[in-house]
Amino acid sequence: MKTNDVIFQTVAKVVFFMIIFFAVHLFFAGHYYPGGGFVGGLLTSGAIVLLLLAYDMKTVRRGFPVDFKWLISLGLLFSVGTAAGSLMFNVPFFTHAYDYFQLPLFGKTSLHTAMLFDLGVYLVVIGVTMTIIQTIGESE
Amino acid sequence: MIETVLQISLLLLAIAMIGLIYRLIKGPTVPDRVVALDAMGVNLVSITAVLSMLLGTSNYLDIILLIGILAFIGTVAFAKFLEKGKVIEHDRDQ
Repeated sequence: MKTNDVIFQTVAKVVFFMIIFFAVHLFFAGHYYPGGGFVGGLLTSGAIVLLLLAYDMKTVRRGFPVDFKWLISLGLLFSVGTAAGSLMFNVPFFTHAYDYFQLPLFGKTSLHTAMLFDLGVYLVVIGVTMTIIQTIGESE
Repeated sequence: MIETVLQISLLLLAIAMIGLIYRLIKGPTVPDRVVALDAMGVNLVSITAVLSMLLGTSNYLDIILLIGILAFIGTVAFAKFLEKGKVIEHDRDQ
């Protein structure tokens, strides 16, 4: 049955970016406030699921031409690499370093290597969630 | 004073949640259950807001937005399932 869902598709295009920006906000807030890589990744995959609902699997595959299984391995590489990188400086595994920098636009900012670990968690969560949804969610 | 009002409203929201759970289990048709689930999402947002006022913290406000977005996606998925019978299509032009 052909249905006319032009309103839903137009709204989904706008709301997608709202959810993505909120996910980025949650990801960066994660060090001092509620949030972090896991919630950010789940919300990002929620935004992609909204596009999957509004359009179809073929269109979304053309929009995101990545195999989501590669994101899992990339994220694991980030996380394990950040954790193992501390061994190079003769400190225990998983030790994270931070320092304060004077950035041009943000002023005094504290940059942590824990954020790279969180980026790995973010990518792994997106990869796992989207792989599960693409595998079992599609109706043939 | 305001604390008593918030506690009473929390109690009333919990009672409303019980009514929604009853409709979710008993509901004769699928649309009844879908509407009950959607209203449960809205109710959860209200409970979180009242709780954040009661505890005097603003850290719950992000979570309200999160619940709202997830409830929206869930409602959209249920609506599409009721209309088309499938949630994610492979090719919508066929």
